[in-house]
Amino acid sequence: MISCIPKTKHKVFIAFLFSLFVSFGAWAQGASEQADIGQKGVVPGATQGAAAAASTGGLPVDNTAIVDAGESLFKNNCAVCHSAGDDVIVGPGLKGVNERRKQPWLVKWIKNSQSLIQAGDAEAVAVYNQYNKQAMPSFAFSDEEVVSILTYIKASESAATAVPTTVAGPETAPGENVGTEAIGAVGNYLDIVLVVLIVVLIVLIVTLLLITSLLKNYLNKNRQLDEYDAEVVNQRFDFSKIYKSKAVRTLVVLIFVVVLLDLSLDKVMGIGVQQGYAPKQPIAFSHKIHAGDHQINCNYCHTTVYESKSASIPSANICMNCHSQIKKESPEIQKIYRAIERNKPIEWVRIHNLPDLAYFNHSQHTQVAGVECQTCHGPIQEMDVVYQFSPLTMGWCIDCHRETPLNTEGNAYYDNLVELHEQSSKGAFTVSSNGGTECSKCHY
Amino acid sequence: MQDRIKYWRGIEELENTPEFAKHAHNEFPEFLPLNETQGESQSSEVTAPRRDFLKLLGFGLAAATLASCEAPVRKAIPYLNKPVDVEPGVANWYASTYFSHGDYNSILVKTREGRPIKIEPNPSSGVTPLGTSPRAQASVLNVYDNNRLRTPLIKGKEAKWEQVDREITSKLNGINGKVAIVSSTVISPSTKQLIDEFGGRFGNFEHVVYDANSASALLGANGGVVPGYDFSKANIIVGINADFLGSWIAPTPFAKQYIKNRKVNPDKKEMSRHYQFETMLSLTGANADVRVPIKPSEEAAVVTALYNSITGQGGSAPANFDKKAFAAVVKDLNANKGKALVVSGSNDPAVQTLVTAINQALGAEGATINAAAPYFVKQGNDAQMIRLINEMNAGTVGAVFFYNANPAYDHPLADKVVSGLKKVGLKVSFAERVDETAALVDYVTPDNNYLESWNDYEPQRGFLSLAQPVISPIFTTRQMQDSLLTWSGSKTTFYDYIRNNWRKIATGDFNKFWEKAVHDGVLENGTSLLKTNPAAANTLTAAAAASSLSGRRAASGIEAVLYEKIQIGPGYEANNPWLQEMGDPISKATWGNYVAMPRKMAEEMGLTQDTVVKVTTANGKTIELPVLVQPGQAQGTVSIAMGYGRELDSMPVVKGLGANAFPIATVANNSVIFSSPVKIEKTDAISPIAQMQTHHTIMDRLVVQENTLAKYKENPKEVTEYVRLTTHDGPVKPATISLWEDYEYKNHHWGMVIDLNSCIGCGACTLSCHIENNVPVVGKAEVINRRDMHWLRIDRYYSAVEHEEGDYQTMEDPAENPSVIFQPMLCQHCNHAPCETVCPVAATMHSSEGINQMVYNRCVGTRYCANNCPYKVRRFNWFAYANNDKFDYNMNNDLGKMVLNPDVTVRSRGVMEKCSFCVQRVQLGKLEAKRENRRPKDGEIVTACAQSCPTDAIVFGDMLDPESRISQILVREQGERAFHVLEEINTQPNVTYLTKIRNLA
Repeated sequence: MISCIPKTKHKVFIAFLFSLFVSFGAWAQGASEQADIGQKGVVPGATQGAAAAASTGGLPVDNTAIVDAGESLFKNNCAVCHSAGDDVIVGPGLKGVNERRKQPWLVKWIKNSQSLIQAGDAEAVAVYNQYNKQAMPSFAFSDEEVVSILTYIKASESAATAVPTTVAGPETAPGENVGTEAIGAVGNYLDIVLVVLIVVLIVLIVTLLLITSLLKNYLNKNRQLDEYDAEVVNQRFDFSKIYKSKAVRTLVVLIFVVVLLDLSLDKVMGIGVQQGYAPKQPIAFSHKIHAGDHQINCNYCHTTVYESKSASIPSANICMNCHSQIKKESPEIQKIYRAIERNKPIEWVRIHNLPDLAYFNHSQHTQVAGVECQTCHGPIQEMDVVYQFSPLTMGWCIDCHRETPLNTEGNAYYDNLVELHEQSSKGAFTVSSNGGTECSKCHY
Repeated sequence: MQDRIKYWRGIEELENTPEFAKHAHNEFPEFLPLNETQGESQSSEVTAPRRDFLKLLGFGLAAATLASCEAPVRKAIPYLNKPVDVEPGVANWYASTYFSHGDYNSILVKTREGRPIKIEPNPSSGVTPLGTSPRAQASVLNVYDNNRLRTPLIKGKEAKWEQVDREITSKLNGINGKVAIVSSTVISPSTKQLIDEFGGRFGNFEHVVYDANSASALLGANGGVVPGYDFSKANIIVGINADFLGSWIAPTPFAKQYIKNRKVNPDKKEMSRHYQFETMLSLTGANADVRVPIKPSEEAAVVTALYNSITGQGGSAPANFDKKAFAAVVKDLNANKGKALVVSGSNDPAVQTLVTAINQALGAEGATINAAAPYFVKQGNDAQMIRLINEMNAGTVGAVFFYNANPAYDHPLADKVVSGLKKVGLKVSFAERVDETAALVDYVTPDNNYLESWNDYEPQRGFLSLAQPVISPIFTTRQMQDSLLTWSGSKTTFYDYIRNNWRKIATGDFNKFWEKAVHDGVLENGTSLLKTNPAAANTLTAAAAASSLSGRRAASGIEAVLYEKIQIGPGYEANNPWLQEMGDPISKATWGNYVAMPRKMAEEMGLTQDTVVKVTTANGKTIELPVLVQPGQAQGTVSIAMGYGRELDSMPVVKGLGANAFPIATVANNSVIFSSPVKIEKTDAISPIAQMQTHHTIMDRLVVQENTLAKYKENPKEVTEYVRLTTHDGPVKPATISLWEDYEYKNHHWGMVIDLNSCIGCGACTLSCHIENNVPVVGKAEVINRRDMHWLRIDRYYSAVEHEEGDYQTMEDPAENPSVIFQPMLCQHCNHAPCETVCPVAATMHSSEGINQMVYNRCVGTRYCANNCPYKVRRFNWFAYANNDKFDYNMNNDLGKMVLNPDVTVRSRGVMEKCSFCVQRVQLGKLEAKRENRRPKDGEIVTACAQSCPTDAIVFGDMLDPESRISQILVREQGERAFHVLEEINTQPNVTYLTKIRNLA
């Protein structure tokens, strides 16, 4: 049975993966593209022409550059309060907003909603009153940028309607149910087979034992056996011979020692490795809500992740960008207010503790190498409580440096190096082939 | 047999004493480092019994197991409200200015997370664009000094600012008698104006300026300012007891100018010739082409003779004087009129009058002296201070304020200052700590550190600079200027005051103008703001001066000279452990002062190094100090440094080190004279001097190279000696015979070129390296144990020509007046590194960029690498220097730790360390380039040592980049001056030296 569990898990996993692959291939592709843009930010000039296109009639939904730029702007600025769908977060869901309102009005509203309200615009006042007189902040966007956001909203509407017709919509996420059902079915079947097999085997053993006993009795009673035969028939199995045997003893001791060694080595290597470390934080902040549900870009709070060695934990004033408006009454948010009132910073418990002798630089990995946050931090967008996903051991670092090809594209720093590498070697131009596993890259 | 130059680093090496021989063969002293730091006997043999070892082992194992169960909870504390400019993990630089007692540097302050951690030169400055002085480098630690005052004091008791302000204001309102502000030189235009305004409301006010190391006579002879010397324009430089590269007037700008005309290359084979007449072997004398030792009392005769010769009055060399050298000086000066400069460090008005006359006769004015840009960094007026001291004693002074001045310690009339202070009604000191004077006053109102203050400066006419705060005041101190403003009832801050003052010279929109000035740190459009004090009129004419000097007789007996050390200056920054541990450029002595005496005198008096002698000064005071035998010291003289002998609790680092030598200075005719006759008696005591000169000896191998300008002009290919190995195919380069395979460098190949001709040996690089790389301070006892930790040292070699036998000159004492050559020595980052091959745990490896990497976390401390290093540049951590009460320097308290570079590991006990080529800067520079999708630009990545060099002697760069400065220098100098140290052992270093060229007369 023991060996059974991993096996089933394995199979189930494969089945799950397969079903996922089949049903969401297209969606996954889209997601990776999104992440790409979110990380790179808006490409300069991408929004240019958006307004021109809009003025010539309709929104340039087909221009992916504009849609992507709009998406990035939307996620960094609007998504905190608005969804692109129907649901109300703080402000209204923006699905169909292009039909509801006229574009010039929208541009004015987004740039400065208060001036519109004060000017007595009927529509504006109505919206303002409808949503609890919650003022929408002003945004210093250009017209092109506003149009690109609107284009993105329009584009995402058509995408949302297009998706359900082809595959099951990702919003309902039926994949998980499918997965668990599949797991259940396979598991039940196996269990029944196993139980039946065990029953059959027990019956077999009992039958065989009965037969031997019958035969023995018969022979002892009915036949005259010579001494030798009698001994054979009545011989008893001597179990003491097994544990007195030298070979068996040695084998057992050996196995014991090996297991012990393996366990202790495992434990020793694990000293100081705090994988899975999930301490209780002073404020029950959930990355799932912020990064997962609301899709706030990591860079919005961890402001220096593309610039500095440290990703930096957001200061309270960044929390206040939104929470001066949102969920002000929550006891957890109140803790931030108290911290500001008392002028005492929030003391988070540090989760990722690299030893002082190791130098790590976020910007090298995020901006230069283009590594996703999740590669090291795991599914952070699903974590209610953050835990240490990776072991953060040197072996783990080195493994990645050995396997990962350098992100050399478009970076003039590497141009000559790539050429030199291609001349001398056919293997991939990995981090380590550029000296990325040398001591002084991390230790100084 | 050809003449060969013999190099030696100390008398002990010259004579090969048994002690020296023993140490020379051992990379490390043999004894175990137990119990010594407490000053216990080193000979006590301590052996750890086996049982104790086992117990410890068992306990250690158990402790480790227990400790590993739970990792300590660490906090990550973000800002509450993040300042816009501060990004955690990203350094910011702010332009500012360091000025302390003559030492002026326009600087950039590197800050991390709001803490200043490093001082770097400000390339926008026209005065000091190239590097900094050692004191400026170390000044960043002063702001974190635990012994600074935390609050104002009233009669020694901590008080509140409100109370201090109330009491001082009311006392000032009812003041009787003179009000005086005593300060060292103030070059801040706004401060000076403020002081004048503050004094304006009193009937009788004086701003008394005096300098501990005074240039009063020089000012008197030049209309109240230091002439605008420009050494770069001079072909012939004559220095007479003026240490202009080390401590005289403005060493950092002077060093830059001086070396400009001394760099040679294949396109420019000319350099200036420098004569130096001096008593002690100074840094400047060590760089001179011709150096003549003179007694202080002979100074007058030399200057008179020079004056007479130059003005055509037929002067001849004084008696007992090197006639050949004197004739050469006169000849060179006469041949280079308009291209010559004579400077004197004397504080004798007559001597300075003559020197001015000599310069006039040479046509220096407008050529080597820029009349439009005199220096303001010394303004002290001896007569003024002496008069005030007399007035204090007469009881006519009602109030006295001390700003950057400590006359109870550093004035020759200190006793009279102490007695006079008792008769003054209101005594206030702005000292940052309770110094000797502050201990005698009623109110100590501590000034901010300069890194916490706004200020403006004008070191040279037309060159303005600003200082801006880079950290908010750590303690409840208040800037002196703000105090003055408060006491004059003004509500403006000094920041606004400076801004208002600068409106006078603003062009265009003031806010834009101001922002640019603050950003650049300097304003050099020729406008001037500083009001100089009218000079104390020196009415002497040259002729009168000459005749007054001719009457002087050379004194008999021993003459003592009081001098300023490049490290601690007049002693205001003596509590800085970095400066204390920095070796004196010449004597290589650390931690204290000593009596430097010539060998002949020591032998005659039966003295050996470290023997304590009693020095009785002319005014009957005695000081006891150990003897240091100093080659080059003029016969019949001794020299002693100022700044030591502090007994203050507020200066724990320097407490009890050396003795106060200020009593050597005497007052004559309202001038302070820094030399006087003394009596010296031997005592039985021994006090070891922590001298580093023979640590890490290179065993008489060919490591430095020098040649003469004449030879260089003749054939530059012959000035450097290249070692060739003899094979059956004839002589070959050592690199052609190799056991090892060569590395292939594709990306970068970092290298360094050090021009021995440009290196003046000031030691700014050693300190810069120390600070950048979190190198620990080990203290006096450990320096004596030969365990200093400097990654970069400057080897100072004395040399004398070893002649053929029978030559009469061999009879001369090589230590009498040796030549000096400086060689910065650091890890050579060998391509075939001997250290790499012997490490059993591969803790030192070669990188693909040519850097010899040292991995602290892998090192197990076998020390094989250090033993195998031919350059002796590896340092072993004998102790945990951080968090260790026995090494109570900057790494042992929370405040001092703030100065540590967060990008460099603080090493633990038992690991080896060494120069890393500032790999943290290399990595950061590469990362910046990658982030901007480009290759690094040449000059963007510099090591700390190269950056802080005031003479641009060190060039660091990528040798694979053909456009880089280093590549071009190497191409140009290959086969001429470029050489590798110990080329014959085929280590193939990435550090290249350029042969020193002397312009011998």
